[in-house]
Amino acid sequence: MVKLTIDNKPVEVAEGTTILKAARQAGIHIPTLCYFELAGMNFENKPGGCRVCVVEVAGRRNLAPACATDCMEGMVVFTHSQRVINARRTVVELILSDHPTDCLTCAKSGQCELQKLAQNLGIREIPFKGEQSTYRMDMSPSIIRDVDKCIMCRRCENICNNIQSVGALSAVNRGFQAVVATAFEQDMVDSPCTMCGQCVQVCPVGALSEVDDTRNVMAAINNPKKTVIVQTAPAVRVAIGEEFGLEPGTIVTGQLAAVLRRLGFDYVFDTDFAADLTIMEEGTELLGRISKFMQGDKSVRLPILTSCCPGWVNFFEHNFPDMLDVPSTAKSPQQMFGAIAKSYWAEKMGINREDLIVVSIMPCLAKKFECKREEFSVNGNPDVDYVLSTRELARLIKQFNLDIKDMSCEDYDDPLGESTGAAVIFGATGGVIEAATRTAYEVFTGKTLEKVDFTELRGLEGIREAWVDFNGTPIHIGIAHGLKNARTLLERIREGKEQFHAIEVMACPGGCIGGAGQPYHHGNSSILKKRYDAIYREDANKAIRKSHENPSIQKLYAEFLGEPCGHKSHELLHTHYFDKSDYVEIAE
Amino acid sequence: MTKIKTHVLCCGGTGCKASAGDEIINNFNAILKEKGLENEVQVIRTGCFGFCEKGPIVKMLPDNTFYTQVKPSDVRKIVEEHIVKGRKVTDLLYLDPENKQHVSDSKHMGFYKKQLRIALRNCGFINPEDIDECISRGGYEALGKVLTEMTPEQVIDEVTRSGLRGRGGAGFPTGVKWGLCAKNKADQKYVVCNADEGDPGAFMDRSIMEGDPHSVIEAMAICGYAIGATKGLVYIRAEYPLAIHRLQVAITQAREYGLLGQGILGTDFEFDIELRYGAGAFVCGEETALIHSMEGQRGEPTFKPPFPAVSGYLGKPTNVNNVETFANIPIIITKGAEWFSKIGSEKSKGTKVFALAGQINNVGLIEVPMGITLRDIIYEIGGGIKNGREFKAVQTGGPSGGCLTAKHLDTAIDYDNLVAAGSMMGSGGMVVMDETSCMVAIAKFYLEFTCEESCGKCSPCRIGNKRMLEILDKITKGNGTMHDLEELRNLATVIKDTALCGLGQTSPNPVLSTLDNFWDEYVEHVVDKKCRAGVCKQLMHYEIDPVKCIGCGACARVCPQNAISGEKKMAHYIDNLKCIKCGACYEKCKFGAISVK
Repeated sequence: MVKLTIDNKPVEVAEGTTILKAARQAGIHIPTLCYFELAGMNFENKPGGCRVCVVEVAGRRNLAPACATDCMEGMVVFTHSQRVINARRTVVELILSDHPTDCLTCAKSGQCELQKLAQNLGIREIPFKGEQSTYRMDMSPSIIRDVDKCIMCRRCENICNNIQSVGALSAVNRGFQAVVATAFEQDMVDSPCTMCGQCVQVCPVGALSEVDDTRNVMAAINNPKKTVIVQTAPAVRVAIGEEFGLEPGTIVTGQLAAVLRRLGFDYVFDTDFAADLTIMEEGTELLGRISKFMQGDKSVRLPILTSCCPGWVNFFEHNFPDMLDVPSTAKSPQQMFGAIAKSYWAEKMGINREDLIVVSIMPCLAKKFECKREEFSVNGNPDVDYVLSTRELARLIKQFNLDIKDMSCEDYDDPLGESTGAAVIFGATGGVIEAATRTAYEVFTGKTLEKVDFTELRGLEGIREAWVDFNGTPIHIGIAHGLKNARTLLERIREGKEQFHAIEVMACPGGCIGGAGQPYHHGNSSILKKRYDAIYREDANKAIRKSHENPSIQKLYAEFLGEPCGHKSHELLHTHYFDKSDYVEIAE
Repeated sequence: MTKIKTHVLCCGGTGCKASAGDEIINNFNAILKEKGLENEVQVIRTGCFGFCEKGPIVKMLPDNTFYTQVKPSDVRKIVEEHIVKGRKVTDLLYLDPENKQHVSDSKHMGFYKKQLRIALRNCGFINPEDIDECISRGGYEALGKVLTEMTPEQVIDEVTRSGLRGRGGAGFPTGVKWGLCAKNKADQKYVVCNADEGDPGAFMDRSIMEGDPHSVIEAMAICGYAIGATKGLVYIRAEYPLAIHRLQVAITQAREYGLLGQGILGTDFEFDIELRYGAGAFVCGEETALIHSMEGQRGEPTFKPPFPAVSGYLGKPTNVNNVETFANIPIIITKGAEWFSKIGSEKSKGTKVFALAGQINNVGLIEVPMGITLRDIIYEIGGGIKNGREFKAVQTGGPSGGCLTAKHLDTAIDYDNLVAAGSMMGSGGMVVMDETSCMVAIAKFYLEFTCEESCGKCSPCRIGNKRMLEILDKITKGNGTMHDLEELRNLATVIKDTALCGLGQTSPNPVLSTLDNFWDEYVEHVVDKKCRAGVCKQLMHYEIDPVKCIGCGACARVCPQNAISGEKKMAHYIDNLKCIKCGACYEKCKFGAISVK
């Protein structure tokens, strides 16, 4: 233990504790800007670059960055002396002097950490006038990089490299021109970017934000010729309440359906329905591969890898071109929904494909990219037309002066709105594989599951594995969230060190609940935990908790698809992958 | 068997090489052959002699005749007169500016008299590409002593007691640094030589590597023995091709002689050295940035602790020392800590190499004992200010240092006194200025350099220096206000207080020291809109004195802007709206009619 005083308050902390954390422990708040921590997710960004958290340490020549300075025995620290406040203020004024002042229209307005800092410091004018950085705006289908706003906090670079191991972003140039960019400042679409958007989630300012599709959606709703339907991803219902002041993890499924109707959507459906469908297809594929393997067919590729997550799909197309036949060929729930809506449902309703607009509400930014993939369209007409993130939907609701808190619960429309508990857990890491296990177990063993909760698959550790007993046949399951964890697991498999039957991968920490399209968590990982718990509460509340028991799914197969992994399924619900390794070469 | 009677030492440093040094050597060889003297006279390409002002230098042994500003066409005369007839070529000898006498032996020249060459002991004496010459002057004796007679602890103790401090700028005690690294246990440790010399105009390290590469190699091996490292890396900027070449040759020769590699000098000590090339970023002279650069990362400093001694190159304990620091090590070992600690001042032991530049008669590389006064350096060694002008300031420490004035002339130069005076030792740049230097423009010059070289990681350095530069620019253009001066001082203070690494923390020094020492000049720029040195173009104008002007029209003819008009034989007039202040008219006028206001 180390004893010190902070602002004359005696503090005792464990050795290796930073001044920042010791101060927090003592109830003293030191402002930060570049510092970012996602506790429990192994992510801490402390380049010591912004110099906002500087404090005065007695006997030290210059000010010390609290985020990067360890406490020492007998240290005397002042966090708000005149010298500190003048320095802190000057530093923020300097940052503002090279930052566009378009706060009113900035995508991060209200969420911007620099804005908040400037407010707290009472900065009313920027004394320094001088050159401002100007860069080219870069826009991918998912993400906008407005680098003029970059403050070099390096959070995006850190998460892209160290949590995701994607390596699309790093600092380039030096001095005043230094900025975080892609290699050779190429467009993001030409870079190894997977569109996971975690950079957007952690960016403290408006340098990284999502592409806004709300206008397109409203134009479609207001077009009398179009029928506009909407699907909502599982993780949205446990997070969107935060945008309206509700506690993180508040489940607002019914209110969500209600508010979407008020916005003018003609039918309100659920991606959960398609998640159940995914289980039917992916589960059947898994069992098919396992059975063949057990029959001695050594050409079978195991483990099967889930393919629901579009960031993950981009990642393995970039990084594992030799393993393209390993992931499941099943499309993601979003795309399965679009394919079924624009075939089965459209036919049923007598609506022309061209007159049907499918909108998704997703916790994800990579979904915006996914829906634009060529293979997910028919004669140029996409299966899913627009994707709105949770945040965009919240903005749209606010534009209509509605509040999710004021809504009374309504049901989703039939038939693409009916779903099971297995579907809702798609929103959390481990959920897809648990849902698949529930169905695969019963199909494989012919027995009814006594306990549907596979708690051994749950949790928030980055890489997890478990053996599940399929009535005497042990099935080895792996789970990874965060792309670096996925890379680690996949490399272990590639080297032949380990044998798994099935692996679930989600690109974002925590799975979709931590998606880049979700309300900003500002590094508060307890928010993720609350969303995570809510997902499993919602599952437990469901009357049906196994995908294959969803009556609407059963009806879909009976009326239209025939059997899982059958001819029609292959045509509509399965896809193939591309070698995109020319985008990227990363040496670990 | 033939006996060499005369040695011709030709400077092969980068400076003399650029002034036809190679041609001089070729001419010597050709003419000696022509005269049949090639077996009696040996021509040696050495490292830098230091007296660059008078280069290319050719020194004759055994009589120590020191020829200056030798041209390739002078070689025949030297051979025919000096070598064949034994007569000195008087007009190639150094001319003492005081008594107008020719001086033959360098030790009688003002430039060398007060110098003490320890780090540069072999520069200009040996062929750096011949290890035998180095060994004949005591090279690798220290390594032998260390490996056979001393424990690693004794080596560290010796270096600590010598009082040697880091010559890269900050002056951290070298022995203490070694001790910190030695006590960390690891399967692999590294010795790194910081040869990323980046101060504008500084070439101390380059000269050592070009003139005596083995001193660095030997010292690195000694350090490796002391701290328990088997690998050495020299981080050298790629702009130093000659130094790189000579290091490579030296490393190869040392390996051939069993002085690097396994089983050095028959002991079980193993040590080898590799070169790593830097791309010339100033910030990579900062040790953490240097290490990241070697690792293939962006050359950016990180917060210390952890210090490299704990976690450095590839996360292993690493000891980083500067070239000049290393060059001092072998002689400390052979002559002992007591000998070394007698040289210099109380807290700064030994000598320091400076690159003397600017408005001074004797530009070059000098090595002086710590504690020498600025006055001695400038007036004795440097030969005073050029063209008899008045001394105004001296800038030490490069972009991290500050400007000292006439009141500091008698200050003893050492680490602590320089910091107390608002500057710093730095790596050893020393730029002398006279009244033709504008101190605001000087501050701006150094800040331009720091802005260019900042890595951009921390906001005070990235944006703050830029804003300071903009304010200085405004002042030099006549648009500054007194409020700007206040802002400038506040910014400088905050940047010093908050920047992440040494580069940022010291970058305001040129501004602060000029604000402190030349406040009047700033005020003049701001209030009177005047630049007394006539450097800030926007603050000056040319005027023709109608009394002195005879109306010859010469000025009007050279004016590129047609800004000068006037009738023939009548006084002319400059239209200041058109004038671009190029000074062509001023140069042209034979009658002193044009003046700068």
